[in-house]
Amino acid sequence: MQVESAAGFLPRTYMRNLKLPFCPGCGLYLLSDSFLRAVHELGHRSLDGFCFTSGIGCASWIPSPYYMADSVHTLHGRSIPVATSIKLVRPDLNVVVFGGDGDIVGIGMSHFVHAARRNTDILVIMGNNMVYGMTGGQVAPTTPFDTTTATTPYGSFEHPIDAVRLATAAGAAYSARWTTAHPKELRDSMKKAIQLRGFRFIEVVTQCPVGFGRRSGYGDAGAILNQFRERAVSVEESGRLTPEELDSKIVVGELIGRHRPTLNEAVAEVTRKGMEAGREDRD
Amino acid sequence: MKEARFWSGNEACVEGSLTAGCRFFAGYPITPANEISEHLSERLPQLGGTFMQMEDELASIGAVMGASWAGRKAMTATSGPGFSLMQETIGWGFMTETPCVVVDVQRAGPGTGQATKSAQGDVMQARWGTHGDYAAIVLSPNSAQEMFELTVRAFNLSERYRTPVVLLADETIAHVRERVDAPKGDSLEIVNRRRPAPGDTRFFGSEGVAPMPAVGEGFNVAVTASTHDEVGMRFTQGAPVHRRMIEALNAKIYSHTQDIVETELHNIEKCDVGIVSFGCTSRSVYEAAERAEAAGVRVGYVRLKTIWPFPEEAVSRLAEGAGRIVVPEMNLGQISGEVERIAGRKVAKLSKIGGGELITPEEILEVVMRAS
Repeated sequence: MQVESAAGFLPRTYMRNLKLPFCPGCGLYLLSDSFLRAVHELGHRSLDGFCFTSGIGCASWIPSPYYMADSVHTLHGRSIPVATSIKLVRPDLNVVVFGGDGDIVGIGMSHFVHAARRNTDILVIMGNNMVYGMTGGQVAPTTPFDTTTATTPYGSFEHPIDAVRLATAAGAAYSARWTTAHPKELRDSMKKAIQLRGFRFIEVVTQCPVGFGRRSGYGDAGAILNQFRERAVSVEESGRLTPEELDSKIVVGELIGRHRPTLNEAVAEVTRKGMEAGREDRD
Repeated sequence: MKEARFWSGNEACVEGSLTAGCRFFAGYPITPANEISEHLSERLPQLGGTFMQMEDELASIGAVMGASWAGRKAMTATSGPGFSLMQETIGWGFMTETPCVVVDVQRAGPGTGQATKSAQGDVMQARWGTHGDYAAIVLSPNSAQEMFELTVRAFNLSERYRTPVVLLADETIAHVRERVDAPKGDSLEIVNRRRPAPGDTRFFGSEGVAPMPAVGEGFNVAVTASTHDEVGMRFTQGAPVHRRMIEALNAKIYSHTQDIVETELHNIEKCDVGIVSFGCTSRSVYEAAERAEAAGVRVGYVRLKTIWPFPEEAVSRLAEGAGRIVVPEMNLGQISGEVERIAGRKVAKLSKIGGGELITPEEILEVVMRAS
């Protein structure tokens, strides 16, 4: 079945004549591949109709400039506001944001929460490698407690954010977390999210063997993937665990959020009222 | 055809923006720019445009940039603290050649300063606020009429040169309420960005201003503020592409200085005292000049409608023709330094800050008479 659905899939159909620039063993290869496979399996034979925005960091390089599509590579943290206005001006486009954990829930956290609150009609895909990889492996808002990084030589002393629950609490229509050890689930989740409307968020916990694995003691790509498999618990199973037990786990699965008018629908209604008021003014 | 209205400067800015074709605004509440947001939140939907109040100024100017790449003319309005927050993205807009208008209604800073009080302290920030080598286009209105006209001009310049343009207003001009003769759309020059032809791929880094596609038009445009070549591909290592790109982006502005720079001149070739001023302060200069001339002193002045690129030619001519030069400004001496650079000699500075107290005609007259 999988072989059949993947038939005819060639990443380069969707990419410029360039190779992704990531380190050997990096999980972002799989993240990008999963997205393009999802697009392919949905029947898109090009990225026409998609528009990508991204910020600064390794994950932000996935669409920009590698995808053969319109891509706006913004400042660090600002991909979501840029995506917001593109979707408002061009409701027909499927606007997808790629970013890392530092970009989306570090420097860009406020925009992430507000976009979920507004039910902004965009899909945000966050590669969470638990560290600032591009700059050399500094501690991030997603780093597990007591982890050695480039800026926490005595262990990290802050607690990581749960971006999936945060998005749901803020009003996201769809929020999910998978790891790079869950390629099939990740691809299915992406297919679903691409087709839904409103604010959709997928966190992909991914390995950064160079920036994270070496210092933290997690090890190489294979060792980190093994950790992902061992630590993964489903959303359903997580309900039976205490918060303390969950600290060392990675909760994977989907959280279906609220169904409310999307930002585009709400703004369209305001525009209708405004145009009516404008006509009355002229009468 | 013109229509006489009685508008505040901020209202005139709103109507000017709509006349210029602005159909997207994103902003964050801040005094003394709020009336711009408030009026646009009512007016934009009437014209099928979009108004967004964002979560902060970082998001506001980010949304403006996105709207511009989606094909709309877009604007934001703010004041000192918000203008500070926007600086990084203004640099992004310069580097990606994104047309948009940023209105900075100046208030007293630094920090929160005096939020409701007029000032002219953002002159150098408007020029050098973002990092790196860049060229700024900054316009300075001195009436409600010019809040309308220079807002239109700001859009026209931003569209023609594909770069963010700053309208550097001040609290006084934003809140002064006076007659505005608003030209109707078809009697006014409205500039729209040059669009690419099918098959075009070079959208960046031309001194002659490259055509600008919008997303969703099939051009597969790659937009990045990292160093890039003419087709948008990143080059973050070697020197040649960076040099070529940054020099072209600066030359794009500076080779068109004649078109961009606008000044109001009075008697600059032969005068005992020359005055250089801008914004609200220039209103006092008019009266001071009249009174000094009535007392037998020949006064010349340059009023800067464009502040950046700096009107070097006009100031240079004034410096040749004038005995002494006086520079009144509501800061501790920002334009005076530029004038000294051009004139090659010291000028009489008349600085006044705090409390929104304007520089009065009497204060200028006193310095002029002393200098004559």
